[in-house]
Amino acid sequence: MNPDYLDFEQPIVDLEAKIDELRLVESDNEFNLNEEITRLQAKSKNLIASIFSSLSPWQIAQLARHPKRPYTLDYIDKLFTNFTELRGDRMYADDAAIVAGIAKFEGASVAIIGHQKGRNTKENIRRNFGMPRPEGYRKALRIMDIAERFKLPVLTFIDTPGAYPGIGAEERGQSQAIAVNLERMACLRTPILCTVIGEGGSGGALAIGVGDYLSMLSYSTYSVISPEGCASILWKDASKAEDAATALGITALRLNELKLIDEIIEEPLGGAHRDIDTTCENVRATLVSALEKFTSQSLDDLLAARYQRLTQFGTYGESA
Amino acid sequence: MSWLEKLMPSRIRTEGTNKRKVPKGLWDKCASCGAVLYRSDLERNLQVCPKCNHHMRITARMRLQFFLDESPQEEIGQYLEPKDFLKFKDDKKYKDRLSAAQKNTGEKEALLVIKGQLKKLPIVAAAFEFRFIGGSMGSVVGERFLLAAKQALSDEIPLICFSTSGGARMQEALTSLFQMAKTSAALGRMREQSIPFISVLTDPTMGGVSASLAMLGDITIAEPKALIGFAGPRVIQQTVRETLPKGFQRSEFLLEHGALDMIVERKNMRDEVHQLLSVLLHQEISAGE
Repeated sequence: MNPDYLDFEQPIVDLEAKIDELRLVESDNEFNLNEEITRLQAKSKNLIASIFSSLSPWQIAQLARHPKRPYTLDYIDKLFTNFTELRGDRMYADDAAIVAGIAKFEGASVAIIGHQKGRNTKENIRRNFGMPRPEGYRKALRIMDIAERFKLPVLTFIDTPGAYPGIGAEERGQSQAIAVNLERMACLRTPILCTVIGEGGSGGALAIGVGDYLSMLSYSTYSVISPEGCASILWKDASKAEDAATALGITALRLNELKLIDEIIEEPLGGAHRDIDTTCENVRATLVSALEKFTSQSLDDLLAARYQRLTQFGTYGESA
Repeated sequence: MSWLEKLMPSRIRTEGTNKRKVPKGLWDKCASCGAVLYRSDLERNLQVCPKCNHHMRITARMRLQFFLDESPQEEIGQYLEPKDFLKFKDDKKYKDRLSAAQKNTGEKEALLVIKGQLKKLPIVAAAFEFRFIGGSMGSVVGERFLLAAKQALSDEIPLICFSTSGGARMQEALTSLFQMAKTSAALGRMREQSIPFISVLTDPTMGGVSASLAMLGDITIAEPKALIGFAGPRVIQQTVRETLPKGFQRSEFLLEHGALDMIVERKNMRDEVHQLLSVLLHQEISAGE
């Protein structure tokens, strides 16, 4: 069992290990194993296709948290040039669970804000597993202000289990920090494009997720509460997370049906972590066309459409 | 079990937990000091314990009746009804939870909005109903809040909201999360137009409601000892595995940490809010008030 992969990925990983082994044998000897390798590669591709064609919402939730999944800094690296990280909230601290800065995207200046998880234990401790404290949201707010003043579109990358539930975070006003960002983003006079790249964890995600356009990678999730949290509250049993994931409808596909998101960005076969370059190119294509659309509007039209978009959320009935 | 209870046939024996309960109707018991209080006295005292000053939770309708002038009053958005659009089912169906909540509270949803007057000053007032699925914010709450803000904007009158809520309505999933963005967008408009929004936090104000409309007041008030926060104390304790500080997430704690402007007792709420609004709106304050 390879700990870097999910249980339903194990047959794929085993098969790939076998292919690598054959390659090694081939290079050591004069046997020609090409045919066998090609056969196994085709088999592996079919296997991935069959596993990924029928993923449950719970499996998708696990993919969204995959330890090898590309994070904000990976996208920054592949999609932007001249990125400069800007740090600190000017009040208390710099929160490494949120990365922010300015850069060039396809030749144009932009501001970037994203959650950042760590790749290993040490980095995860520094980045608090991508769970921001109020400082993180206040740093994001600072960058939004800069973006508005210097007419930079804001691109956000959402990937967090949620805002950090800690004593200090509460003392320093976690609720207030999130609330202020929601209002500011609703009124910010520059385009805001939000992309869910992994976990969209509740208010902690929304605090950098209000804008003109919301897209989600096909194996990312977005939810009002984690499936585990929902299960322990409503089912009074955290092991019912699988049922909760289904009931909450947290996947891109379902949220698109419910018209809560604007676009699904396709991930390559087997998920974003199997082909980071293709994933980034798909994200690039989405951002390029959305930016073109929103930067060509007047700011007044942009803000009116955003207000319309945000205030139409909701499904209810009306009595006579 | 006493010897007398042992003698009694089980049919007429009252359960151990019941015997300490006060009979329904005439009497209430203070959850804080345990004093047994005559219900009509308690009501006259605005559901505040006369012995220990504990502010009990009250219904949205009672709240606004205490707060607003008797007339004129006009309810806003009462025609909006919740819908189980996801066919959400945990161990109960959302549909059943809704009808039970409607039956228990006599309200169609967890937010009540009334356009009225506060000592002759025209205002829009909103109050959450905690007994309605924990005062949670779903589509109807969001839409009613939007209507309240729109009314305040078009009449150019202040909006006051009394929050008491566990947070977002899980059974409406992501749609409920987006009510946070919706209500915040509405308040953004109010800020741009300089229409005052006074947020009053009452016990408890947590999660998605606290992290949106409740923390966006021009002025933020809390009732004494209300539980206010983003994450619940239990979740925090499980995460940090430390003992929580004394009075953690209570109004007094928040005031000390700079999250509130003031703590106001229920009996002074009308006077205090009226005075604040009169100053903000350059109104004269007559000596009698």
